[in-house]
Amino acid sequence: MRPGTFSKLAILGTLLLVLAVVPLVLPSPFHLRVATLVWINATAALGLALLIGLAGQVSLGHAGFMGIGAYATALGPKHLGLDPLSSMALGIFAAALLALLVGRPILRLKGHYLAVATLGLGILVHLVIVSEVPVTGGPDGIQLPHVELLGRRVTGPELWYWITGTGVVLAAWLALNLEDSSTGRALRALHDSEIAASVVGVDVARHKLVVFVIAAVYAALAGGLFALFNRFVTPDVAGFLRSIELVTMVVIGGMGSILGAVVGAALLTVLPQALTVFHEYEHAVLGLLIVLFMVFLRQGIVPGLAGRVVRRRSA
Amino acid sequence: MSLLEARGLSIAFGGVRALEQVGFTVDRGEVLAIIGPNGAGKTTLFNVVTGLYRAHGGEVRLDGRDVTGLPPHALAARGLARTFQNLEIFFRMSALENVMVGRHLKERRRLGAELLGLPSVLRENRESRARSRDLLAFVGLEERADEPATGLPYGALKRLEIARALACEPRILMLDEPAAGCNPVETEEIDRLIAAIARQGVAVVLVEHDMRLVMRISDRVLVLDQGRRLAEGTPSQVRSDPRVIDAYLGRHGVAAAHAA
Repeated sequence: MRPGTFSKLAILGTLLLVLAVVPLVLPSPFHLRVATLVWINATAALGLALLIGLAGQVSLGHAGFMGIGAYATALGPKHLGLDPLSSMALGIFAAALLALLVGRPILRLKGHYLAVATLGLGILVHLVIVSEVPVTGGPDGIQLPHVELLGRRVTGPELWYWITGTGVVLAAWLALNLEDSSTGRALRALHDSEIAASVVGVDVARHKLVVFVIAAVYAALAGGLFALFNRFVTPDVAGFLRSIELVTMVVIGGMGSILGAVVGAALLTVLPQALTVFHEYEHAVLGLLIVLFMVFLRQGIVPGLAGRVVRRRSA
Repeated sequence: MSLLEARGLSIAFGGVRALEQVGFTVDRGEVLAIIGPNGAGKTTLFNVVTGLYRAHGGEVRLDGRDVTGLPPHALAARGLARTFQNLEIFFRMSALENVMVGRHLKERRRLGAELLGLPSVLRENRESRARSRDLLAFVGLEERADEPATGLPYGALKRLEIARALACEPRILMLDEPAAGCNPVETEEIDRLIAAIARQGVAVVLVEHDMRLVMRISDRVLVLDQGRRLAEGTPSQVRSDPRVIDAYLGRHGVAAAHAA
């Protein structure tokens, strides 16, 4: 186990506990809807946490993959006569394929160059969604049918809360397993020194590609779940601002921390709802809070607080 | 046929010819030292042989097979490991994890099993951990295994790199200034390590400025100057070669070399 981090079981236990407690404390449909959005965003943030936090590769276009997942789920039923669930599976596959094809050339780039290349990818996806009006419905968005499973309609905030909540726990479990494996160690190694990683036999290019595809799959899954739950998607889901939000979730929660990605997602999903009391100053307050978090907990919320607890105990 | 053979390697950066027609061979259990003044091309030679730089001319053969231009990870898979003059440590990891990364090629790495955390993966983690602890003990760092690498002193990091390279179970180990910045006690420790590694049948190539160390442990010495081969021979041949004394050793160096 790494020093300063929680064990796998403690993290999963915490998630399960929160998952179980939220509906007891906040049973209203509105709160459950917000919580569902938290789980969906957390799923995307978890993938990005592996890419940014573990492997040290930036993506400023990750909402593009979310958009692919969401729109595939919406367009399959409309144009291909598929049911929404298989459409979502196709969307996840498409996102993985795109990540594989695009990742090969752009992951050669480093730092700012990689950031700009992924930014371009995200903008491209957004552009296609906005401009292909006959297919995607353009800026007006697109409606989805209800999901049916075994002849029954999957509907209601509580049910979606449990579906997405289970999804995020599974996503976190997979991510934690990856961290504690040969591939995970290789990713952390290339984050620190690509040269040293390569001379001990790590195929750096291949590993970057693997984590990029995993992150794309997480984002597309999140996008698909969002489309199914919300039954309406607009191009915003793939927009630049979404991409930035996702990165902010990872950074504010604590890069390289699985729990941090979930906390970051919760914060950035819940805060805008909670801050509506400030009316027109809502965005200013949100921005200020983000700045304060970064100033006082530079490593991110989870590693930052964990570090303080450890210091206090040893003091 | 030698285990590792470099022939006629040349490379230039801009107009500067960093290496011109340099070669060497090394075999199982042999220790070859490469010495020469700063800028002679020693580290460049390492970087070419280990695939970090692409030579403009010449070839590298491993087991008689041409491996010129292969990427570093492919060379590592063929049994070539190295350390760095200016430390390339995974600073976000513990000392133990640094060495565990060295086990990369010995681990099976099936992504599906890793994501699911199957028992086979956990077993492999345990094996890697145990093997890495042994290697840390071998270089004298077992006490600090679980400390973050950032907290270790320079001399310990030098040995950590050796342990990480050994985790690859290399047939050829290339050490770039393993004793640089180490005090005499640490240098002696490194001396002992290199001898033990060579005894296990590993071919060792090292760049080093500490003449006592070089003269004590090397079977052969290659002297570079301004990117060319100046001399090659046994330690005693090299230290009495007037060209080597002129270009590199100087009077003081000769004294150190003979004191060894």
